[in-house]
Amino acid sequence: MTIFKTAIGRRSFLKATATAGGLSLGFNLLAAPHTLAADAKEAPSEWFELNAILSIHPSGDIEVNVANPDFGQNLMTSFPMIAAEEMDANWEDIRAVQAPYNAKKFGMQISGGSWSVMNNWGGLRMAGATARQMMRTAAANAWGVPVDEIHTENSMLSHASGKRASYGEMAAAAAMLPLPKEATLKDKADFNIVGTSRKNLVGPSIVKGDAMFGIDVRQEGMLRATVLHAPAFGMTIDSYDASDAKKMPGIHDIFTIKLFPDDFVRGFSDVAAFREVIAIVGDTTWHVLKAKKAIMVTWKLQESYSYQSADFFGNKSTVTVPKQVESTTDHNKAMQALIDGDMEQKRLDGDPSTAFANAAKVVERTYSAPFLAHNPMEPLNFFADVGKESAKLIGPHQGPVLAHNTVAAHLGMDPSKVEIVMTRMGGGFGRRLYLHFATEVALISQHVQRPVHLTYDREEDMTVGVYRPSYLIKLRAALDANNQLIGYHVRSAGVPEPCSFPNRFPAGAVDNFLWEEGSVASNITVGAFRAPNSNFMATAEQCFLDEVAETAGADPIEFRLQLLERAANNPVGEKNDYDANRYAGVLKLARDKVNWNARGDRAMGVAAYFCHNSYCCNIVEVDMANGEPTVVNVTSALDCGIVVNRDGAINMAEGGIVDGIGNAMYGELTFVEGVPQKRNLDNYRIIRMLEAPNNIDVHFVESQIDPTGLGEPPMPPAMPALANAIYSASGKRLYDQPFIKALKG
Amino acid sequence: MAKYTLNINQQAVTVDVDPDTPMLWVLRDSLDMVGTKFGCGAGACGACTVHINGAAVRSCQLPVSAVGEASVITIEGLAYDAGRMHAVQEAWLEHDVAQCGYCQPGQMMSAAALLAQIPDPSDADIDQFMSGNICRCGTYTRIRAAIKSAAQKA
Ligand code: FES
Ligand code: FES
Repeated sequence: MTIFKTAIGRRSFLKATATAGGLSLGFNLLAAPHTLAADAKEAPSEWFELNAILSIHPSGDIEVNVANPDFGQNLMTSFPMIAAEEMDANWEDIRAVQAPYNAKKFGMQISGGSWSVMNNWGGLRMAGATARQMMRTAAANAWGVPVDEIHTENSMLSHASGKRASYGEMAAAAAMLPLPKEATLKDKADFNIVGTSRKNLVGPSIVKGDAMFGIDVRQEGMLRATVLHAPAFGMTIDSYDASDAKKMPGIHDIFTIKLFPDDFVRGFSDVAAFREVIAIVGDTTWHVLKAKKAIMVTWKLQESYSYQSADFFGNKSTVTVPKQVESTTDHNKAMQALIDGDMEQKRLDGDPSTAFANAAKVVERTYSAPFLAHNPMEPLNFFADVGKESAKLIGPHQGPVLAHNTVAAHLGMDPSKVEIVMTRMGGGFGRRLYLHFATEVALISQHVQRPVHLTYDREEDMTVGVYRPSYLIKLRAALDANNQLIGYHVRSAGVPEPCSFPNRFPAGAVDNFLWEEGSVASNITVGAFRAPNSNFMATAEQCFLDEVAETAGADPIEFRLQLLERAANNPVGEKNDYDANRYAGVLKLARDKVNWNARGDRAMGVAAYFCHNSYCCNIVEVDMANGEPTVVNVTSALDCGIVVNRDGAINMAEGGIVDGIGNAMYGELTFVEGVPQKRNLDNYRIIRMLEAPNNIDVHFVESQIDPTGLGEPPMPPAMPALANAIYSASGKRLYDQPFIKALKG
Repeated sequence: MAKYTLNINQQAVTVDVDPDTPMLWVLRDSLDMVGTKFGCGAGACGACTVHINGAAVRSCQLPVSAVGEASVITIEGLAYDAGRMHAVQEAWLEHDVAQCGYCQPGQMMSAAALLAQIPDPSDADIDQFMSGNICRCGTYTRIRAAIKSAAQKA
């Protein structure tokens, strides 16, 4: 039982909910207009608001405000489960609604980094517990009994005297009460909603086709728009002639808009390679898509320019965009030159050069990966209605705070005049953290003085950038005469950024360790892609360890477990990011579930990885009868702390595994002189049902630890587990993504 | 522009659009029937799948001028037995298939067309028929399971 104080002040509440390493600060109960003043004559009309999160209707319906946007991670169910648990609500009473954007009430409303549940867990529990306490107090007042004697269960209040009332009946009275000074959180052992499986609350509207995504926004008088950007990174508009296009039926206007003026300080979200685009505005999407094809444009090389960029903490740096058009062959040469030359040292333990010089065996391998396009199923789009004084934007995005100041600055408005509404997203995977399209539609609406919905077609979406970077990683391992790993050396290169995890496993498990890295400057824009950088570091490292284990004559799981035992009992260095026991835990759980030691000649591959505060081991089994892998089975073991919605979590893990296998096998975007070589889903391969695993079994480590990340951790170790399984089936090691190329020759 | 009287979800609807307008945009923009989704516009993802005389068709590839009097069924009309969802929709809920849900109208339209053609499909039938529908969220194992459940219900 944990008693927490609610009313000491904002700081204590925030302190209680902020989790280590997280950015979000949870909810602010006190900023919520939770009730009318005590002497108010009228109760609020319909819904009685208990706090920022919870409102109750006299019918007994309980409305939960879900602070963060949902792109398939099913927060619309897991957030309510946490609040309902502490409230002792009947699950059937729960309704979930997407909260408005309000940083004072809801903290940082960003879906990304697998933070959502982790960072809202504390706040949601307190919101539920506070609401329950208000219900009990209302009942105690009504019945003239001590509040401690009021029992709650399934949205019902009861007392030993036989008195009973529903939450709905007590709602009005509870909403009049001040926020209690303290409330009690449940013992985790008493949870009866958290840890069970609850159906997606949005499921019924999805199957009926009436779940509203951003692309479905319709408003009176709305026009539709699309944009045209330069076909190559490093190019921009020289001149254009839209006279024919403007004459086409249904076309209102065609004009250029400019983003990020030279003196604009760009924030995290302000990634855009194409600062000037042509906007086409008309009656219907089909009209504008057709007119786009009729515009004649001459493109020219973009002159080099610099801009100021500020990170989350306000630290500024200057970024210079080179004047050039780039090809994949140039990138690969430049990364190879980096790997062969000087790099920046990020971690050094012991004396790696002596260890390698004295090694009985040295294993040295290089791994590569191309750029990837996110390709969320719902193409990029946004709605704006910009007036003279104020603006309203509606659309699918991973966090309104990311676009708010940028849009306001471009419109020349105070941020308080710009409202941004979150919709459901048809996927995101990181892409909808970069919201240039919100600014674009705002400028378009301002120009035509009408409400406008902007839709990118798939070609525009795929070629406008913000990709997963391209990587080259060289790994070296030194084994002594007893096949012990005595040295480990990473040289990590990337365009335009490398995988940089110097303090992750196997750092801490090897006496002599060296991490070096470097980057190749580029005008191709990149950003977070599900499990950013982890998604390839896992591939390189876990494929490599498999080969090192083989060289050492060791079982690949045993080999990892021995290293983790070393890291747990006698770690090298102090700055190790991971918990070696939890890491070993997932390896053991997957090993036991799949009966690894009795696998015989079944072709299995294993990989484990830590990212986003969670641990995952995947064991993949393949059949290579046709020369291409059929994934017969995946067994996944996850340690993400307490699991909120079990079946929802399994769905998320399955998706991560399929995503990992798909992108490792098929994902690839290359460039010739700045031009992306794929433009649509007919040749950009995304995994399809024929290629998906026949079966996926997901297991969770039973845990009392507060929830950690889930959306991202299962994905990275799916990639190397697949490669290692293909090796055991075919004897062919894979070093370069996409694997399909190496397999097909 | 030209006038077309279409048979959508068993109702006669008249629209005034360019003859080359794909059915996808007639549904979404002219009729505000937004359950049918835009994914690629190239026939490559299946998000826009509707039934034309019972067969699964990518509506982004079908000009309105080619529809004629054919019966068009969209996700909004899949549950045409009044008061009850289609077996596919029920199975989708039972297996809690969706993640983001964006591809799912198209997936369900394809699945319903498959079951109308092959009432008890094998894994290979399912994989073959459904591979034109991309799910970027990776819900394929659940889609397979849901189709098998729906086959039992029908
Ligand atoms: S939108 Fe029609 S197949 Fe993709
Ligand atoms: S559920 Fe998101 S694309 Fe299928």
